[in-house]
Amino acid sequence: MSLPDLILLVALPLLSLTMMLAFVRLVRGPSLPDRVIALDLIGTLGMGMIALYAIARNQPALLDVAIVLALLSFLGTIAFARYLERRV
Amino acid sequence: MFSIILSTAVRYLFPLMLLFSVFLLLRGHNDAGGGFVGGLVAAAAFALYAIAYGVPAARRTLGVDSRVLISLGLLVAVGSGLWPVFSGQPFLTGVWAKPTLPVLGKVGTPLLFDVGVYLAVVGVMMTIILTLAEE
Repeated sequence: MSLPDLILLVALPLLSLTMMLAFVRLVRGPSLPDRVIALDLIGTLGMGMIALYAIARNQPALLDVAIVLALLSFLGTIAFARYLERRV
Repeated sequence: MFSIILSTAVRYLFPLMLLFSVFLLLRGHNDAGGGFVGGLVAAAAFALYAIAYGVPAARRTLGVDSRVLISLGLLVAVGSGLWPVFSGQPFLTGVWAKPTLPVLGKVGTPLLFDVGVYLAVVGVMMTIILTLAEE
């Protein structure tokens, strides 16, 4: 099994499954911090999916999208944490 | 609400984000990227700085009033459009310099237009973010 096949048939479905589980936590999450962490995990998973797809399809331009997503999802989590700290 | 972990992380993340935004800006005219995305990343860097060190510190680091940046960016963009008009070509025609610079590659009015967009986007985003953060 070649690397692109491995990525498209095994790695991406596993990441999709993880994203579904994180989404369940996002919907059910008993407290607000649980939901924030689930949202951060979804951002990280999206980053991993973009990176894997860039490798599978040999498109290095897509990696820039992953970098921007990494920087901005970090910023989003920081802003949520600040909001939580102010509220409590 | 000063956090030592966040301020240490921002100290190395802030120059990295600014560098990446300039990289996106310079590559924009012949690859993925451009002035708009670069401006957004730069504005995100300043927003992170404002969260870590407070809004007054972010204003001091920005140096100029963010509204000055908007008008400066619009002026640069219109100027890049007017450049070919003086040599008898239509408005906004792309004029490229003959020699290519070692790092930048091809240099011309489209790059100047992108710089204008970059400045305008940074100005607009900083005006919005800093005003909201001061509330």
